[in-house]
Amino acid sequence: MTMTVPDERGYFGRFGGRFVPETLMPALEELDAAYAQAKQDDRFREELQYYLAHYVGRPSPLYFARGLSEFLGGARVYLKREDLNHTGAHKINNTMGQVLLARRMGKRRIIAETGAGQHGVATATVAAMFGLECAIYMGEEDIRRQSLNVFRMRLLGAQVVPVTSGSKTLKDAMNEAMRDWVTNIATTYYLVGSVAGPHPYPVIVRDFQRVIGEEARRQIQEQAGRLPDYVIACVGGGSNAMGMFHPFLDDEEVVLIGVEAAGHGLDTPLHAATLSCGRPGVLHGSLSYLLQDDDGQVAPVHSISAGLDYPGVGPEHSHLMEAGRARYVAATDREALDAFKILCRTEGIIPALESAHALAEAVRLAPQLSRESIILVNLSGRGDKDVHTVAKEMGVSLDE
Amino acid sequence: MNKIEKRLREVLARGEKGLIAYITAGDPDLATTVELAVAMGEAGADVLELGVPFSDPVADGPAIQAASQRALAGGVTVRGIIRAVEQIRRRSDIPLVLMTYYNPVYQYGPGRFAADAARAGANGLIVPDLPPEESGPLLEAAGDNQIDLIPLVTPNTPARRLPVITGRARGFIYCVSVTGVTGERESIMTDLAAMTDGVRSVTPLPVAVGFGISRPAQAAAVARHCDAVVVGSALVNTVAQKAGTPGLIKAVCEQVRELKEALTAREVQGVAAL
Repeated sequence: MTMTVPDERGYFGRFGGRFVPETLMPALEELDAAYAQAKQDDRFREELQYYLAHYVGRPSPLYFARGLSEFLGGARVYLKREDLNHTGAHKINNTMGQVLLARRMGKRRIIAETGAGQHGVATATVAAMFGLECAIYMGEEDIRRQSLNVFRMRLLGAQVVPVTSGSKTLKDAMNEAMRDWVTNIATTYYLVGSVAGPHPYPVIVRDFQRVIGEEARRQIQEQAGRLPDYVIACVGGGSNAMGMFHPFLDDEEVVLIGVEAAGHGLDTPLHAATLSCGRPGVLHGSLSYLLQDDDGQVAPVHSISAGLDYPGVGPEHSHLMEAGRARYVAATDREALDAFKILCRTEGIIPALESAHALAEAVRLAPQLSRESIILVNLSGRGDKDVHTVAKEMGVSLDE
Repeated sequence: MNKIEKRLREVLARGEKGLIAYITAGDPDLATTVELAVAMGEAGADVLELGVPFSDPVADGPAIQAASQRALAGGVTVRGIIRAVEQIRRRSDIPLVLMTYYNPVYQYGPGRFAADAARAGANGLIVPDLPPEESGPLLEAAGDNQIDLIPLVTPNTPARRLPVITGRARGFIYCVSVTGVTGERESIMTDLAAMTDGVRSVTPLPVAVGFGISRPAQAAAVARHCDAVVVGSALVNTVAQKAGTPGLIKAVCEQVRELKEALTAREVQGVAAL
């Protein structure tokens, strides 16, 4: 299977490309050249390695979830503990890589979009560490449901810019970040948080997140003596899933499962399951699956998890689905909440609601498998940020 | 030579500069859009640019974003807009350009979109998120249907990209006056002369400048460096303010007339462009 994509125009099969205003084209070419050079530079790789080890805390553990596995009564479930990274999610793998790239390019101002706030926090964190100016675009609706992360970003010195256009969520934050970039192109580095956006972002973000899968592949062989049967990760834009899947692509016996947000159910309009229910379209600079109406207007989406509440998906996921290499399923808000609670009780780990969607698929799958089977779940983030949302769902008030 | 370029050359031959006036289709409704388009042509607009709204217009500032959302909330569709173009064309011979983003075109099908738009009477297309590297299918369809795909050049476009962008262009070249999104601005800092000179060195097509231009004096100043000026957000704001009142069409036309007057004044005639 030919997985050494994309081509030089940024196409993964028929997906990807560079659908952006002309102002951004020279900047994307500049970024492409700078990244190609950085990738070949030992000093860049060593610098990134240093910060990943000593600042982020890598490698992150691979943990055999004995309590969860016994509770589910079937396959053995292993968790890749990205929740234990500095700032509590996988997002910092990418922001650390890209901030080093921005510094090489001489950019002094960093902008980013954020949904749940995890990418915003991870961006604000590296910007603070390197003394760079930082603005984070965040939908008003997300600001409301993720107030803890908003405060964290402000503590870290970032300006959080509320986005009031459109659905006031992640896609609108990305629109606004692109408008800022178009306006401040000379001084500003746009630090995209997922494997979405125009070429070369889907490649850059994938490459910086690959460390998840590279470590996990080595760790599972050390601990279990073999590769897993299933690898499961949640998919919004799809960066944690792509980082986890990519090193397993050539291991054809390993089944890769991406879990999208089914919200209130795929038979309702209130979901964010792009690959399950969408069709190809162009949003945020690339051609990929998209939730949209007949006229090509982007559809409003819903998920209990702000990080999955996105109508698009990275182009390489569209490619992996059409090539038949990865399978994409969806978990409802309810299933994610149930999995969230199960992990709290069986393992003493509070997962992010995003990651709880991946867990929900493991909860469904594990009991159907034998004890010899191995499921590897990417626990992409921790759930402290979601405690308010979960309390509300459980009918508990945390306010005085 | 197609209708758009022909019209702009006629305007230049009279010693004037062209006015390209933008409104968003379906804001406040398509019936009003048709009336506005016809009246704006009579008031002095040389080319009409009709926005086909998209839910996520990344190249647009607040005024056109809001107009797009109003139009979409009112239920406007691509098919409805093409029918409106037909109605405009029955009553006016103003050259008509559709401005939209690529996804509505992609969903409609680039071939069918170009064919239906041309058949209805549209003369040009502007798709700001479709750089030359991605424009192959639409460019081919546009060529087959005698509809001009008008490209954008920005202040940061390097010289080496100019031939790629303008090589297969028709109608005119749209120079974006600022690195930024659409919307009214107090002043325009870009060295317009350098940009338009660069464009003229690679193409004989007329050169228009847009983004940020709202007032007649501003239009006149910009016009010294180009063949036509695009005004959008300022007109869209007037539509928003006057929507639902009997004075809507009169107010927009008054603005068009003032802009066109400024582009006919002696000061802008100095730089004979073509």
